[in-house]
Amino acid sequence: MLHTVDESITPIHIHDMTVAYHKKPVLWDVDLAVPEGKLVGVVGPNGAGKSTMIKAIMDLVPKASGWVRIYGKPYPRARRAIGYVPQRESVDWDFPIHALDVVLMGRYGHVGWVRRPGKRDRERAEEALEKVGMVDFGHRQINQLSGGQQQRVFLARALAQDAQIYLMDEPFAGVDAATERAIIDILMDLRARKKTMLVVHHDLHTVRQYFDWLVLINMRVVAAGETRDVFTEENLNKTYGGRLTVLSEAAQAVADHRGGL
Amino acid sequence: MIWDATFQFVLIGALLIGATSGTLGAFAVLRRRSLLGDALAHAALPGVALAFLWTQSKALPILLLGATVSGVIGVLVIEVIVNYTRIKADAALGIVLSVFFGIGIVLLTHIQQSAVGNQSGLDKFLFGQAASIVRADLYVMCLVSALVLIAVCIFYKEFKGLIFDAEFLAALGFSPRRVDLLLMGLIVLSVMVGLQAVGVILIAAMLITPAAAARFWTDRLHVMVIASGILGALCGALGVGISALAPRIPTGPVMVLVATGAFLASALIAPKRGVLARWARRRANARRENGQHFLRAHTARQDGQGDAVALTDIAAELQLPRARVHRLAKRLSRDGCVAIHNGACSLTEQGQKEAEFVVKSHRLWEYYLVYRSILERDHVDRPADEAEHILTPEMIEQLETLLANENIDIDIHKTGSGYRRTGDDG
Amino acid sequence: MVEIWAPFWIVLTGALAGASCGLLGAYLVLRKMSLLGDALSHAVLPGIAIAFLLSGSRDVLPMFVGATAGGVVATLLIETFHRRWRVQEDTSIGIAFTALFALGVVLITAFAAQVDLDQECVLYGEIAYTPWDRLFWGERDMGPRPVWILGVVFALDLLIVVVFYKELLIASFDPEMAVSAGISAALMHYVLMGAVSVTTVAAFESVGAILVVAMLIVPGASAYLWSDQLKVILTLSALMGVVSAVAGYFLASAWNSSIAGAMVAAMGAIFAFSLLLAPRYGLLGRFARQARLSIRVARDHVLLKLLRERESRQVSALGWGDLVDATARRISGLALRSLIWQGLIVRENGRFALAEPGITRATELLRNHRLWEAYLNQLGLPPDHVHDPADALEHVTDDHLQREIRMALPNIATDPQGKRIPEAR
Repeated sequence: MLHTVDESITPIHIHDMTVAYHKKPVLWDVDLAVPEGKLVGVVGPNGAGKSTMIKAIMDLVPKASGWVRIYGKPYPRARRAIGYVPQRESVDWDFPIHALDVVLMGRYGHVGWVRRPGKRDRERAEEALEKVGMVDFGHRQINQLSGGQQQRVFLARALAQDAQIYLMDEPFAGVDAATERAIIDILMDLRARKKTMLVVHHDLHTVRQYFDWLVLINMRVVAAGETRDVFTEENLNKTYGGRLTVLSEAAQAVADHRGGL
Repeated sequence: MIWDATFQFVLIGALLIGATSGTLGAFAVLRRRSLLGDALAHAALPGVALAFLWTQSKALPILLLGATVSGVIGVLVIEVIVNYTRIKADAALGIVLSVFFGIGIVLLTHIQQSAVGNQSGLDKFLFGQAASIVRADLYVMCLVSALVLIAVCIFYKEFKGLIFDAEFLAALGFSPRRVDLLLMGLIVLSVMVGLQAVGVILIAAMLITPAAAARFWTDRLHVMVIASGILGALCGALGVGISALAPRIPTGPVMVLVATGAFLASALIAPKRGVLARWARRRANARRENGQHFLRAHTARQDGQGDAVALTDIAAELQLPRARVHRLAKRLSRDGCVAIHNGACSLTEQGQKEAEFVVKSHRLWEYYLVYRSILERDHVDRPADEAEHILTPEMIEQLETLLANENIDIDIHKTGSGYRRTGDDG
Repeated sequence: MVEIWAPFWIVLTGALAGASCGLLGAYLVLRKMSLLGDALSHAVLPGIAIAFLLSGSRDVLPMFVGATAGGVVATLLIETFHRRWRVQEDTSIGIAFTALFALGVVLITAFAAQVDLDQECVLYGEIAYTPWDRLFWGERDMGPRPVWILGVVFALDLLIVVVFYKELLIASFDPEMAVSAGISAALMHYVLMGAVSVTTVAAFESVGAILVVAMLIVPGASAYLWSDQLKVILTLSALMGVVSAVAGYFLASAWNSSIAGAMVAAMGAIFAFSLLLAPRYGLLGRFARQARLSIRVARDHVLLKLLRERESRQVSALGWGDLVDATARRISGLALRSLIWQGLIVRENGRFALAEPGITRATELLRNHRLWEAYLNQLGLPPDHVHDPADALEHVTDDHLQREIRMALPNIATDPQGKRIPEAR
């Protein structure tokens, strides 16, 4: 590395990380040091590996190489520092469970194995629901909520995790304008409380308005830094331009080569 | 004894069953209807029993009619559950399969306990009994098989469209829903053909297993359909032959085991898609990769073109044990890429060419990554290491144009050292 | 002595099997793993057959070892076919479990003389012989063996479900979240699969291979139609298992048929009942709701039509033919009759006119409709495109939503066609 990173105060430090699905690389050599207290947007075209990066940070997908440090520690030892908002489609909304119980899941990491969440955890969950404006819906079955409301429930769950860092996978996907406003207000509030957020986002129009830091991804990090420096025509062309076909072709070739086909 | 008339009926029956379900199985498997076929077969049992209870007749057409009706009802119930409730497809399949089968068992045991039932022989529909096929049955089976196979020939094009791209089929003016229904109907018929000889529990395997085996041998649909039909027929005949030798064992399980054997053998030895072929290809790739590493290490360590480099140096460059580098060198010399003398080796003309290609693609890739990313220099190398072995000449050309447009010049002889990173962090 | 108690022991065995399977089966259904239960129950057969052949006994231990080995082999085969050999997943499952089941049947029939196990046992189980299959502690007769085995298994399953309730919940609903909360979703998966295997093996002896599948899936799926609370579903599912065991026993006695088969048939009846009648997720409830909605829409259309006629042409009464929608005659007719019955519309000289409460309701609807039109127009939809969506939305707009739209449209008094938006009362 040419620049040095003070690990213990860096919320997320990714070094030389390559991630492969079924032997096909989807992220090449990511290097990233996310500064504390920023609202960071992760932007790139479909299939660019945005979600994969978030999942790799949390060890949800195996890394082919490289490492990630959370405040200088590997993920398993820093688990409680991270709150997670997965994509809405990642769960079955027909599952028999109430909104409040979903939010309560945010407390499970603090409760630990086998023990039941207590009264305090319940209060925390209710507070979190209140913050996202869903307190009246706590006892609704989750499939009776609108898309925006479901997203708010997920956000409330992350809030209940009481973390330092929040990783959010497309929290604005398919929500109404009111929900988007409500979510962004909460994110701003978290930023004011020095929390760090990594938010996968796909709406280029709102990038400048929402994020103070930006990571542009297309199978590798194209650019990362302050939004005003990074969000340029040239960088966007590099991110969204069709020139990267060689890279995806090579990825396919690597997969075939290793799989022996 | 084996070639008496009865056995000939049985054999022909088994061939028919195998061919019909094998052919239809190819479509069923590709259309992801394997497990639906299984549910359908299990759901046929109560129909067989009810048909007997109603008519007191053991005639195959009547029993098969009952089986078809209850099988189709089973499939419809699955459709209703999946489309109109929150229960998902896997549970719906399991429910219909087991509940219909349970009802079938109730009816069957009820029939067996009653006076007429003892001789009904309906329990052959559980595990199959090919020996029970008589001339009249054979006529029915021939008729249904012929119907199914002719339908496949006529509607081949539509089925193909349905499997690969239902939307495109719709755009061509065919209704995918109707084609799907037709295919489902044919699958039902082909299951019914085999019910008596293979049994409701295992007939699905005659649909699934030969088709899955045929898939290993080819990538083309019509070849797969024909291969699957032939394979099915062979398995049927062989199964019947074996079970004729051991009459106590029901035919169905034997046929299924033969089919499974064919599947395993295909998976192992099929060219291209087979396990052995893939393993050999992987090995060849690994060899080529090692050879190319060797050549690149040689280029990095040599002072001038055509100079010899000591094998110890190459071993040091590659960070590999000497014995392995030695073996590599020997193989490369067999391939005519290097010449070895006194523990050192030099590149032949062919080796020189090969090395140039490798180095060039490596450096092109490196430049590409450096230029295209904010990566520090030291990281570039490892992905390049992987990419260099797999870049095709066309991709190289593409890269070259790309970089030429950016006015980047590539000097392939300026191969710096350190292409293999030593530390974790710089 | 045994004879008198026989029905009791049989029912108890069935009830214990039903409750254990029901408890775990609810999770299988929710996790979309029903087919794995199916595969497992087929795959344990060769394991059990081989264990019988090797040990020559029906002791619990060799049976469990054999069955577990069968289950593991099935899982490995499916994994190998699917991941390494790239066969589709459903095809892999189909091949693996038919092959293993076929192997089991061949082994059992080929060596039937040597083992006390036959085709019938494989299919129907031997629940009818339960009372005579005794467990001895030294010299003492402790009661039927299957009752003991299934009792222990049920206790074990209950313990797992209670102790790991939270862990199973999060791992089933959102495995990624479970991992990020430090709860290993993979571990919970194995705990559950282990429990399912043990339960399958224990129940297998009593009810046979294929019927175990029904016991696993059917109660869970039925309960899932009745409730939105996991705890309720688990309880209901276990209860349904018990009820169908009892009902099945009497059904079998009356019909002189297989007891296990009758238990499954009873389960099927419970499922059919749930499928039709469960209030929120049943078919009848669903169709009733749809019918109610379409009648409501038809009613709204009749009211609107009358109001519009009044507004534009000062005609206050219309004939039957003008009001009833030709494409949905029956529903329109029903709607009209219910409006008359409720006093929203009055009938005079064979023609129909709005009564006072009808005018109120119709004005409300018209307001909704025109508010939506104005709102959609403001969002950028051209005026000639706003009618149809507004038509659909007007019926489902409550006071709260109406106020919100009104607030979003300050200073707008007319819809895009220039018609006045009636004010709220």
